[in-house]
Amino acid sequence: MEFLTTIGLDHFLIISAILFGFGLFAVVTRKNAIVVLMGVELILNAANINLLAFSKYNGGMEGVMFSLFVIVLAAAEAAIALAIVINIYKTFNTVDLPSVDSMKE
Amino acid sequence: MTSTTYTVIFYLFAAITVFSAAFVVFSRNVIYSAFSLLFTFFGVAALYVFLSADFIAVTQIVVYVGGILVLLLFGVMFTNRIMMTDLKTDVLNIVPGILILVATIGGLGYIFLNRADWFVTSERLQGSVVERIGFETMSRYVLPFEMASILLLLALIGAAFLARFDKPGKSEQ
Repeated sequence: MEFLTTIGLDHFLIISAILFGFGLFAVVTRKNAIVVLMGVELILNAANINLLAFSKYNGGMEGVMFSLFVIVLAAAEAAIALAIVINIYKTFNTVDLPSVDSMKE
Repeated sequence: MTSTTYTVIFYLFAAITVFSAAFVVFSRNVIYSAFSLLFTFFGVAALYVFLSADFIAVTQIVVYVGGILVLLLFGVMFTNRIMMTDLKTDVLNIVPGILILVATIGGLGYIFLNRADWFVTSERLQGSVVERIGFETMSRYVLPFEMASILLLLALIGAAFLARFDKPGKSEQ
């Protein structure tokens, strides 16, 4: 009961572990490339929660700065990945990953 | 704010985050997944406020909800013929996926709770973090800051080059 009522580091770590597991599940099992991208975003969010939680319970600023850079990299990654997905759609007429099986146009 | 209210609000936002993330992953409809991802991002932003990183929470809402989610929705709209298909997406490797899901959450949870010996000090990050982010960005992290700006410029040019419609090499042929 003590563990449930006082919010500490472990609660945030468990939430981030759950988000990471869901993101990995989406990356492994989904066929649609866009949903795979959503899984990658979930994984990045889980990492961000971890960084901020350690920063909070350590009093330092390192985790906060790193999470800021992670958000920047996530934005760049989403833009490039969407451009690649649109190119795949123009070439193969689908975004299902198992049917993307050749590297020639 | 009393401790009970704090705890209740924390569990509320944690539940919103986890359940909407589960809906993102397990929903068969891509549009439902995208809109459920909205709630996940808002819940994660609320958790950032609990971690006293207010600036990161606002950045999360602006960048993820305003940028990445809109980009993902554009991707869904572009790559599905909405009139013909019903935007369903199939699932493959379901049994290994469930195994990986359970093993990841169980293993990470076990390690986090029982095995890990975190370096937790008695200091806490308190108050607003905006001013300290400004100082850190302009002193210790000025090189990564500039590199992030160059990377964003490169990603902008690269994405615009990749996604445009007629390639110059093709039109000459």
